[in-house]
Amino acid sequence: MATRHSRSAARLMMAPAVILLLGWMLVPLTMTLWFSFRKYLPMRGGDLGGVGFDNYVRFVTSSAFWPSVQATLVIVGGVLAITVTFGVLLALLLDQPIWGQGIVRILVIAPFFVMPTVSALVWKNMFMDPVNGLLAHLWGFFGAEPVQWLSQAPLASIILIVAWQWLPFATLILLTAIQSLDSEQLEAAEMDGAPPLSRFGHIVLPHLGRAITVVVLIQTIFLLSIFAEIFVTTQGSFGTRTLTYLIYQRVLESQNVGLGSAGGIYAVILANIVAIFLMRIVGKNLDA
Amino acid sequence: MGQITLEKVTKSFGDVEVIPPLDLTIQDGEFTVFVGPSGCGKSTLLRLIAGLEDISGGTISIDGQDATSIPPAKRGLAMVFQSYALYPHMSVRKNIAFPMRMAGLPKDEQDRRIAQAAEALNLTDYLDRRPGQLSGGQRQRVAIGRAIVREPSAFLFDEPLSNLDAALRVGMRLEISELHKRLATTMIYVTHDQVEAMTMADRIVVLRAGHIEQVGSPLELYRSPRNTFVAGFIGSPRMNFIEGAAAQALGAHTIGIRPEHIDVAAQDAPWQGTVGVAEHLGSDTFFHVHGTGLAETLTVRAPGEVSFRHGDRIGLAPRTQEFHRFDAEGLRIA
Ligand SMILES: Nc1ncnc2c1ncn2[C@@H]1O[C@H](COP(=O)(O)OP(=O)(O)OP(=O)(O)O)[C@@H](O)[C@H]1O
Ligand SMILES: [Mg+2]
Repeated sequence: MATRHSRSAARLMMAPAVILLLGWMLVPLTMTLWFSFRKYLPMRGGDLGGVGFDNYVRFVTSSAFWPSVQATLVIVGGVLAITVTFGVLLALLLDQPIWGQGIVRILVIAPFFVMPTVSALVWKNMFMDPVNGLLAHLWGFFGAEPVQWLSQAPLASIILIVAWQWLPFATLILLTAIQSLDSEQLEAAEMDGAPPLSRFGHIVLPHLGRAITVVVLIQTIFLLSIFAEIFVTTQGSFGTRTLTYLIYQRVLESQNVGLGSAGGIYAVILANIVAIFLMRIVGKNLDA
Repeated sequence: MGQITLEKVTKSFGDVEVIPPLDLTIQDGEFTVFVGPSGCGKSTLLRLIAGLEDISGGTISIDGQDATSIPPAKRGLAMVFQSYALYPHMSVRKNIAFPMRMAGLPKDEQDRRIAQAAEALNLTDYLDRRPGQLSGGQRQRVAIGRAIVREPSAFLFDEPLSNLDAALRVGMRLEISELHKRLATTMIYVTHDQVEAMTMADRIVVLRAGHIEQVGSPLELYRSPRNTFVAGFIGSPRMNFIEGAAAQALGAHTIGIRPEHIDVAAQDAPWQGTVGVAEHLGSDTFFHVHGTGLAETLTVRAPGEVSFRHGDRIGLAPRTQEFHRFDAEGLRIA
């Protein structure tokens, strides 16, 4: 199809995009790598020269490191569990012919369009506020002591907020997957004597396997770097300091760019490990 | 056992009545074919019998027992779908085992029946493959295997061969017929291919717009179609219909004559025309003859060696005892 001439023309036309993308990724990455090997304290003397792997050692040996990894994993795992479970249930529900289906679908998708900062603020001030929040009123209505959400159950609160944002995404992908299921398969299973729950377990769920893996993969990559929801709610206190948030604190609050950069490189490595791991699962699923 | 009786069964989707009141009895062990043009309600009727659609009125009984409100799984019927509806993530063995697993059959009984079905359907080498790794004909056999192992009182087939190529279709047609001879179980088979209907059926049910036009053995329908619709639907190529003076001379509004009942005669034949298209099949040749003054085209079946070409004059001699006579409503005059 392609002559030599059209190939070189294609290269020429792709070049701007490729150069832009490379610059976009490579420049910050190289700078981070560079700073991670230097002692760089902007307000306290600036660049004080190379220190080898000192920053890397200090980042992992600090007492905040392992708790932050743990918080990251708890949040990612919690959000994934909630979004996948409820995503499947919602998708099953939305697949039924119900009255006002179009409007219901738009309503379900809506949270995805709300910016993370905004949704976190809305949750914090309108729902979870122990004095004025809707949840406090609800608790009060039943005569219960209002929960101090963000200090008493900080991780759960953040998981709730983030899961609310990502639920539409999971629902949407799972809904399209459910709609692609051949209805004759379900009818065949019905004739074969499978009750509704078995039909779900033996036919629907395996059919959704691939879509669930895709949801898990994409969400994990985004969830590893959530920031705004923590920034506007707990500011990393009460054990909600994730790896991303720790890096932010090292760079901006402690003004230690070298240490933060080393943390950034760790985060890159962690994300890549997860990505490779998940790619394998998806790859296996796609082959099958 | 497998006698199925429909009494005054109706089905409507919204305000559209797809099946007007319909009565039909299917005898135990019979191979019944539902045939009719596209959209006439064959699949709907089959799904009503299977229980996959609720009937709007009337009763369905299986072996004399009212089955109208029995769920599909409990009716003891097995269905083979047009799309095969195999479970893509299960191996062939698991697919075939699925209904037995759901019924809670012991494992060794399951294995015995799987081995038996695989043997009968030539699937032994493929038991560990996924449906995606099989050819269309093999998938079809897996679907049949999954139906057999349940030992149902009747099999329901919805156009099971329509996704296969012509050669494979002929082969599978024979296999299904042999299966029926061997099992002697009631089978209901939906098709819009009248050749499949003629070759496989003990009894054919011809449907049009949800109505039963005629029920009978293939030869009954061929010899004495009750109306022009059945006459035109059964037999290939189609029966020729002639109206006007030639029909009135025989005291009918319309007369029909099958292409195989018209002989090519060289001289002083009663009908004369011009050859339009000649279709050479080797064993036979079909001539489409124009300008006879009887009908726009007459189709004639002649032996393979008879050679007329486009534009040739041709003489035709109908076998007068083979005329079918119909009145103005299209009903057969005895
Ligand atoms: N779920 C449904 N809702 C509304 N109308 C339907 C539905 N299913 C079938 N119909 C209508 O019922 C009529 C009969 O359909 P059916 O599928 O039984 O036809 P068929 O004889 O099997 O045709 P084909 O040979 O094309 O498969 C059609 O006019 C179709 O439009
Ligand atoms: Mg159909």
